[in-house]
Amino acid sequence: MTPDKLTDRIGDVNVAGPGGAPPAGDPVRQTVAGTTRSGRGGGEAAAARALRAKRFGQIWPNVVALLLSVVFIFPVYWMLASSFKERGDILTKDPVFFFVPTFENYSRAMGVDLFWTYVVNSLVVTLGAVALALLVALAAGFAIARMQFRGRRAMVLVVMMAQMAPWEVLIIVMYLNARDLEMLNSIFTLMLIYFVMALPFTIWTLRGFIAAVPKELEEAAMIDGCTRTQAFFRVIFPLLAPGLMATSIFGFIMAWNEFAMVLVLNKSPEASTLPLWLASFQTQFGNDWGATMAASTLVTLPVLILFLILQRRVTGGMSAGAVKG
Amino acid sequence: MSAKTPDVVAAPDRQRERGRALTRLLPYLLIAPAVIALGLVLGGTLFRNVLISLQEFGRRQLISRTTEWAGLDNYVEVLTNDRFWSTLVRTFVFMAANVVLIMVIGTLCGLLLLRLGKRMRLVLSISLVLAWAMPIIPSTTVFRWIFDTQFGLVNWLMRTLGFSGYDQHNWFDSGLSTLTIATLLIVWTSVPFVALNLYAGLTTVSGEIYEAARMDGASAWRIFWSIVLPIMKPFFLITTFLEIIWVFKAFAQIYALNGGGPNRASETLPVMAYVAGMGQQQYGIAAAISVVTLLILVVAMSFYFRLILKQEKEQS
Repeated sequence: MTPDKLTDRIGDVNVAGPGGAPPAGDPVRQTVAGTTRSGRGGGEAAAARALRAKRFGQIWPNVVALLLSVVFIFPVYWMLASSFKERGDILTKDPVFFFVPTFENYSRAMGVDLFWTYVVNSLVVTLGAVALALLVALAAGFAIARMQFRGRRAMVLVVMMAQMAPWEVLIIVMYLNARDLEMLNSIFTLMLIYFVMALPFTIWTLRGFIAAVPKELEEAAMIDGCTRTQAFFRVIFPLLAPGLMATSIFGFIMAWNEFAMVLVLNKSPEASTLPLWLASFQTQFGNDWGATMAASTLVTLPVLILFLILQRRVTGGMSAGAVKG
Repeated sequence: MSAKTPDVVAAPDRQRERGRALTRLLPYLLIAPAVIALGLVLGGTLFRNVLISLQEFGRRQLISRTTEWAGLDNYVEVLTNDRFWSTLVRTFVFMAANVVLIMVIGTLCGLLLLRLGKRMRLVLSISLVLAWAMPIIPSTTVFRWIFDTQFGLVNWLMRTLGFSGYDQHNWFDSGLSTLTIATLLIVWTSVPFVALNLYAGLTTVSGEIYEAARMDGASAWRIFWSIVLPIMKPFFLITTFLEIIWVFKAFAQIYALNGGGPNRASETLPVMAYVAGMGQQQYGIAAAISVVTLLILVVAMSFYFRLILKQEKEQS
């Protein structure tokens, strides 16, 4: 797992985060925190100084951490806060920090023409891409992890490189391709591209999970009379649950957030997705920052929820796997 | 298998042979869909990108659907264009500033996490995870709102701190200012990745090693240089190259912030390719810019892949 850890940004969330890796125990903290220099001179004054230095050494990391927490959370807080403010509390020279929450921004954002079309488009594109990627990646991942064949190493390299494919740089040619094939302004085209974008890391991750299932389990099932296919679906597949979960959430977040492709491919509003709508929201609404922030919150919410699930579920799945292995 | 006539014996033989052929073919059948999808959509597009960069491809060719080969004309035009070179320099400076800030702040945050008490660590991790989870377009929208000319929070802050001239200050009125905001945005969303992963990596290192170093009188600075850095060297190298690649190809943040403006002054290479293609309908030029960008990325990626392969070999 460890090398895979680094290959993708969100794939890493399982090791990180609050519920993630357990703290290495207090010794670390104490030793690192305890590196304050003790006073040089002898006597009580030095002792007092050392004590003060020690206390300072315990306080400043907390102060810095608190400041950093505020800085990092602030844009998220400001988005949420602005989305619940009345128009008068937003369009003011002096920002209001205490206010009576209102939902009128949300009803304005959701009342926009075609809002539900964007939601449905985003959902269809995202879920379709993830489902396709899982299906195709399971097959490929199984072959790579469990079978010997010529070209296997080449396939591994291709998958690895495809993970880093700079799609943003290919948008112009992708536009020309879609235009030539008369596939512009189509939800299906977008789904297909997102599927291919999600495919490499899905294969890569599932390959790791499949390889982690002991071969003996599969062989035992086959000795007990399962065919290879049955062995796969009855023995390996259930053990892949955390891997499937992680890759599908990761794929979901990737496709849900994608902007560059939909920007060039689906100009017509009927085929647009939420990020594209949000990016053009301000031009349509001018200074209606309340509704803009409500729209941002609506787009963010599913991702936030999935991010938190990913963190907890995958961490649990991994420790469970460790016991089984 | 008790066969009584030769005919019956031959049948399972043939069956077994067919089975063996199937077993030999099976891996290829399993990887076929993935290979086809990647080959057509990714491989095909990469290939066509190179082809189009060698063609005269503008509005006229788009409509008439004709192919006019132009040799290296597009490259000559791009490489002799001053705007290309200033954009190239801008992209590198932007990338370097972002990567340095991300790595330094991310490392400091990661070390801080290790040093904190349980409760404060949870607070900081939660705010890091929230910043990390923010999707690109919502976060650019929030930054545009925070830096809004009329009602933005930053102008209010500057006024409150006593600076003059921030009554209606437009933060997006110059390329430098726009890219500084883009830097803030990218650093804000990227630091959590470095910080949380560094912290997770460091927790797997036994605490005794720090204890021993401290006993020997090592300072915090010394502990970082002599223990943390060597142990985490692969992490730092790999993460640095990942960030280089990510920032270099960043498109959505810069484009959604200000469309590459004002006056094309905040364009980086990917945005420049987009503007040349979709804005000016010079698809050949756009493809040439995109190929040059790809070549630069390939250099960064080759370092990255070498590191990954090395690490994989060491672990297996």
